[in-house]
Formats: sequence, C-alpha cells, structure tokens
Amino acid sequence: MLAIETDSLSKSFAVGFWRPRSYRALEGLTLAVEQGETFGFLGPNGAGKTTTLKLLMQLIYPTSGRAEVLGRPVGDVGVKRRIGYLPESPYFYDYLTAEELLSYFASLFGYAAADRRRRVSALLDEVGIAAERRLPLRKFSKGMLQRVGIAQAILNDPDVVFLDEPMSGLDPLGRREVRNLILRLRDRGCTVFFSSHVLADAEALCSRVAILAQGKLVATGRMSEIHAFQVRGWDLVVGGLSPDTLHKHAGRITKVARVAENQYALELPLNPTPDLLLTDLMTEGAYLISLNPLRETLEDYFVAQVQKQRPR
Amino acid sequence: MSAIRHIAVNVFRESVRDKVPYNLVLFALMLMGVSYLLGQLSAGQEIKIIKDLGLAAMSLFGSFIAVFIGIGLVSKEVERRSIYALLAKPISRRQLVMGKYLGLVLTLLVNIAVMTVAFYTVLGVMAWMDGSWFRPHWGASALDPALLKAIAMIGLQLMIVTAVALLFSTFSSPMLAAGLTFGLYIIGHFNADLKNFEAVVDSRPIAYLARAMYYLLPNLAPLDVKAQVVHGVHVPAGLLLFNTAYALVYIAALLVVATFIFARRDFK
Repeated sequence: MLAIETDSLSKSFAVGFWRPRSYRALEGLTLAVEQGETFGFLGPNGAGKTTTLKLLMQLIYPTSGRAEVLGRPVGDVGVKRRIGYLPESPYFYDYLTAEELLSYFASLFGYAAADRRRRVSALLDEVGIAAERRLPLRKFSKGMLQRVGIAQAILNDPDVVFLDEPMSGLDPLGRREVRNLILRLRDRGCTVFFSSHVLADAEALCSRVAILAQGKLVATGRMSEIHAFQVRGWDLVVGGLSPDTLHKHAGRITKVARVAENQYALELPLNPTPDLLLTDLMTEGAYLISLNPLRETLEDYFVAQVQKQRPR
Repeated sequence: MSAIRHIAVNVFRESVRDKVPYNLVLFALMLMGVSYLLGQLSAGQEIKIIKDLGLAAMSLFGSFIAVFIGIGLVSKEVERRSIYALLAKPISRRQLVMGKYLGLVLTLLVNIAVMTVAFYTVLGVMAWMDGSWFRPHWGASALDPALLKAIAMIGLQLMIVTAVALLFSTFSSPMLAAGLTFGLYIIGHFNADLKNFEAVVDSRPIAYLARAMYYLLPNLAPLDVKAQVVHGVHVPAGLLLFNTAYALVYIAALLVVATFIFARRDFK
C-alpha cells in the first residue's frame, strides 16, 4: 500500500469578482509516495505546492482527479487518525497556551487525560518550547509558532506527516533542529512529505523529490537522478597560489575569481577529476581551502522550467 | 460525540478568555443601579419595572453574545487559518459545526443562569426592602417562578439566533453575517405580519411569497412571553411545549443547512 497516491489531480480557482475566470493552480498531478519515504515537494512560490497539500488534507476539493492517503480517500476520519499536518505559516488560537492547544488537539485524537499530559509534555521538550508551555500563543514569535505547529503535527505519532514549508520562519538553529526531527521521524518509519523551495533541505533529507512549476509536475525521482542536479563541474578554492602558477595551468581552468591575496576560486570542468590539478598545484606551494561539486541550483532550474512553460 | 464535546468546551473557553462574562457584571450593575433609582422615584411599581427591564436586558445581552460570537464561530477560524490544523485532526466538518454551535449554546446558558440568579437576587432584595413579597398591583409575587418560563423562552430564542449566526458564518464575512443575523432577528419578531399579508395586498404571487417567507424565516414573536409573565398572565404549558418543539426543529434545519454548506466549502 502506498502512503500517498494522486492520479491526474487538478484544481482550478475562480479569480475575479465581476467577471470570474478560471485559474489552474494544479494540473494533472500524478504521484506515488512509498511508505517510509522522506519525500520533498519542491517548487517556487505559486507552483502549486500548498494547493496540493490542501487537497491531500481535503481543505479544498479537486476539480478533477483523485487522491488517496494510506489507501483511503483523503478526508477519511480513520486516515486522519494516522496523519499529521503542518500548514504553511501556521496560526493557532491566541487565547490558548501551547500546552492547552496541544492538549485540545490530543483530546480530538481521543487520548485520555493522563496520556495527553505525558504526550504534550514530551512534545514540548522535543520541539524546544518547554519553558514557554504556559505562555499564551499570542506572545509567540513566528519561529516559536512554527515549533508549536510541528509539535501538533506529530502529536499522534503519525504514519504519514505532511509539512508545508517546515523551515519557514526558523533561525539556523531551528532549521537544524527541524532537519534532525525529520530524520528522527524517518528513522521511526514515518513517511514525511514536505514542501520547500530550498534545495539544501531536500538534498539533506529526501530520498526522492518531485518538482512543480506553474502547477505542473516537471520532474520526479532521486535528486541524483534528476539530470539538472547532476554534478557539472567543480568549485576549487586554493591559497598560496602565485599568478605564475595560475597562468601555467590556465588551460585546465574554466573560470578564475580572486578571493584574497594569493587566494583564488577556480571553476573546473567535470573531467578530468579535480584531484589531478590539485596535486599539481600543491606541489607548487598551493594549499586546499575547499572543494565542492558544481550543480545547477534549484532556483536556476525553476527559472529554466518556468521559462520553458511560458507560451512563446 | 467526544470530539463535539471537546470542540464545544474549547468554544466556551474562548468566550471566557475573550471576556464575554464581563457582560454579566454590566448586567448586575445595571439592575442594581436601576433598582436604586426606582426605589427613589417610583410609586410602588418598581418590582414590575425591574422584572420588565431584567428580562429585556437578558434578551438583549444574550442576543449580542449570540450574534457577535456566533458570526465569528466559523468565519474567524477560516480568516485566521486556524481551521487548517483543526480539520486535519480526526473530526468531520459536521462535528466541527455541531461542536461550535453547542459551545456557544453552553456559553449562553451559563450566562442566562448567572443572570437569572442576579435577577432573582435583586427582586428579592427589593421585595425585602418593600416589606412584602406580594402586592396586588404587582400582578404576581416578586419572586414569581413563572419568570423562569420567560427566561426559558429567551434561551430558546437565543439558540435560534445562534444557529442563524452560525449558518451565515459558514459562507459569509463576519460583517455581512452580523447584518443578516440582526436582520433576521428583527424580522423574526414581526414575522406574524407576513402570515396575514394577503389581507393587505391584492397580488396573489406576493401573498404566496409572503406566506412562504413566514414559514421560512424564524418566528420569534411567540417565544416572547415576557409581557404575560410580568403582568401575571398565565402562560400555558402547551404553548411552551409547542414553542420548544418549533425552536428545536428550526435549529435542526439551520444546522443541517450550515453543515451542508460547510462540508462543501474550499478553504483557500
């Protein structure tokens, strides 16, 4: 049984008040996510990521197509017991404290009072807001609300968790904690379906990704399998490099940028491998600062895809 | 059923934290102030006036709560997007509508109960100061239990108004919902005129339309037995039972329509 399955899922909205016209937010999305996968749903703003997640949560109804979660139609109350959902930029009742909110949501899952208390307490610790448990949510920062949102999404030990831009509003420490949390969920066997427009998040976490542009699925598979994200060269930063040495090896370098005195960032072709040049440079007194593969960024990829989709 | 209860309790908690109970303090202060003034000015009619005023205030305060909280019950959740996380929990949209409604009804009932206690207390104090529990020109005793009949009917009226507000809240903005609910509340008190519209117009289609509106719109006037109770006129149990049945059927119909609309709505 698949964790998530969509078949030709489409959604159109009426735009405009006096003369409404149809706006296609999602077009024919067919997707299959296996149980236990960490699946990245990538795309620029307005690509249709949130629309898809709302369709999977039955917050909106599809114009055509169908969607299933854990083998049942979306919106099935039995399935909702086994899933978690973090909306984009979540907002919760500001008259409640974090503890009360989680306890309220836990009661909707049917947990008994003692179990609720234990579960809520552990979750507040896990997302790092235990100290603010009795503070009204209206006093929470965006990052803290995001943590509450994550806590309520995993309140029921879900089999599938849907996270809409989970890193949004978080500081670097918070982002790392969320990454670690997603990895822990994956280790527990939980299917994680998360949307993001940050390639680094997907690279660090996902077993597979799908890329959406202007409501259409443009690529799906492992990051390494998607042609655009394969290594297309090397970025070598070296120090102790004299201009003469640099000039001598100029034919093996695609692009040179001076970083500091005797320090250069060198762009190298994919082949030959950079170790050969690096060895030669080091024998002539240079030292390695960094070496990274060069890939097209997600942003570059989006721009290219969006341009491809535009009518000429 | 448990989910509905938890949602209802949360609505009650929200109204308490939104300082709705402050209206009770206002109600008590108003009653005490008016009683003091009447003690200085009136010519033996103060008990009757306090009864009149107390019941009217109960109805008015309750209506404000029913309308202003009722219109926000669903629309506020949608506007603030808190509904996203809530609907992802194992509840149906029908349970959400029911829970919201019962939560506000619970708030109203608690309000009415507290107001009733304050009302009887003021009446008791006034009668004690007057030195008598009953005088013939009052029409009924100061602590007349029949007042509870009028209060129960006010409760039913408010339950209908809440259901109307909730219905509008499922598909319109709070401002529009408030206007529509207040409109229906006022029409509801003059609904009987629609029944006899054919006596004043010649056009048959308009007469039929008026008759249809009479059955469709809430008929709140028969539930208003304040004047009878204050003047000591007997309110038969049959009328109370009929009113109760009417209110419950009307509320059920409103909730069915509200659920039907809400269940099909997109939350963009």
